[in-house]
Amino acid sequence: MMRANGLYKTFNPGTPIENPALRGASLDIPQGQFVTVIGSNGAGKSTFLNAISGDLIVDQGTIEIAGRDVTRLSAWQRAGLVARVFQDPMAGTCEALTIEENLAIAWQRGEKRGLRGSLNSSLRSLFRDKLATLKLGLENRLTDHMGLLSGGQRQAVSLLMASLKPSQILLLDEHTAALDPKTAAFVLELTDQIVRENKLTAMMVTHSMRQALDHGDRTVMLHQGRVVLDVAGADRAKMDVPDLLAMFERTRGEALADDALLLG
Amino acid sequence: MSLIALLGATEIGLIFALVALGVLISFRILNFPDLTADGSFPLGGAVAATLIAGGHDPWLATLAGTVAGGLAGLTTAWLNVRLNILQLLASILVMIALYSVNLRIMGAPNMPLIGATTVFSPFIAQAPDSQYLIQPMVLAVIVVIAKLALDAFFASQAGLAMRATGANPRMARSQGIPTDRMVLIGMALSNALIALAGALYVQTQGGADISMGIGTIVVGLAAVIIGETLIPGRTIMIATLAAVLGALVYRLFIALALNADFIGLQAQDLNLITAALVGFALVLPSIKRKIAARRSASTKRNTANDAR
Repeated sequence: MMRANGLYKTFNPGTPIENPALRGASLDIPQGQFVTVIGSNGAGKSTFLNAISGDLIVDQGTIEIAGRDVTRLSAWQRAGLVARVFQDPMAGTCEALTIEENLAIAWQRGEKRGLRGSLNSSLRSLFRDKLATLKLGLENRLTDHMGLLSGGQRQAVSLLMASLKPSQILLLDEHTAALDPKTAAFVLELTDQIVRENKLTAMMVTHSMRQALDHGDRTVMLHQGRVVLDVAGADRAKMDVPDLLAMFERTRGEALADDALLLG
Repeated sequence: MSLIALLGATEIGLIFALVALGVLISFRILNFPDLTADGSFPLGGAVAATLIAGGHDPWLATLAGTVAGGLAGLTTAWLNVRLNILQLLASILVMIALYSVNLRIMGAPNMPLIGATTVFSPFIAQAPDSQYLIQPMVLAVIVVIAKLALDAFFASQAGLAMRATGANPRMARSQGIPTDRMVLIGMALSNALIALAGALYVQTQGGADISMGIGTIVVGLAAVIIGETLIPGRTIMIATLAAVLGALVYRLFIALALNADFIGLQAQDLNLITAALVGFALVLPSIKRKIAARRSASTKRNTANDAR
């Protein structure tokens, strides 16, 4: 469960390049819901996601996760509640560390880390079982360095790392944008499967209206730092990309200038 | 080169193995370019020498020197993570400040320890004729303990968190690792090791000197880079072993270069040799790659010819 209420964030305030990225963005995500978030470039999608993860602290508004006010907590302090997959396959894992070491780090997400050994045989066999579910043959490559893996493999491992420990919300930040279409489809399918199996509450930011409608239970659109559209249930089920665009234009009373949303 | 000279080179090599381990933590693991070493090495020496000269227990003096180095590293890290001063600049500030601090501690530019009781004294007392042999042996034990302790630490939960902090801080934070705290602890650990080396150095050299820290960081880096060239590998156990071997090989090369009369090098050429050696070690990997590429290209050509 996540509740963001009236979030404001302005970059470079008081300078000529002042940029109000969030202007009162609010969103409630109930337990177990999978929300997809769309918006054109500069709509505030990434800022919104980074505000929830704690990568940046909002100027105004409150964020509650599982009933806890986390508005002022930094990213590492929220990690016990928030799991995350980054857009850049390089960002979500450590390429200098091995696959098992990366998993061991994720295995302790949000927990205190002491001087006890980070790996042991029972953990290794757990990791092997989990990796086997990806069907990428990675279960035999525990001691390979992450840097040896392809972008798609790394995103798959990132997803696995995000779901290794329970979280109150899973944040997916355009996590297929850097992948080729075939790999992107595989990672998206894996995302659906992991979210379903673990009954996760999730928020996926995407550039593609197609993806936004095809995945998850609910779609919201951000525009100029606010939520301008929110569809779910039967309305959403019969919707197609042109319907979504038309609805957006009705709501805003203006034509959408960015072609990027139509792509994909 | 005589046996005594060889053992002398080994002795200094072992001391700089500790420096190399410290540099490995800052430069390689935390990805924190840290020049504090030039100040923390003599700091360890100054503290230890002053306490030993004051009649304190040499082990306690060595420990105090080590802790002082840890505080120096902590200061550098604090300037960086809390005050957002650039890493390199933060370490230069601490290094330059330590010069004054070290003078204050010693109360003079140098502090002789001739005839004082050092950590080596009880061992030398057992066999008074073989000081040149016993000092390297005691140092070797200390270095092995330090290496194994670091290996164990970096395999632990906290150690792994520290490695993630250096390799990918954003990912580390998203996994709940307090990266600022990790940098503070890691930098303290790094400079504590370097100061330990300084504290042992003054006890083998018969005194501390204010200029003993000049070039410490270059030698430490040289050891790390030479080690990586000699035994490449990405596991922590190999990296620490490489740093130790790198320091030994480096000192051995220096001793050879200085002892080979026909080259005509003298003690004052030390820093020039160091720079040349580090430069060579830095370009060696790319030369290796080029040779490997040429070889595989010619193999391919030959196979193609055979097929025809």
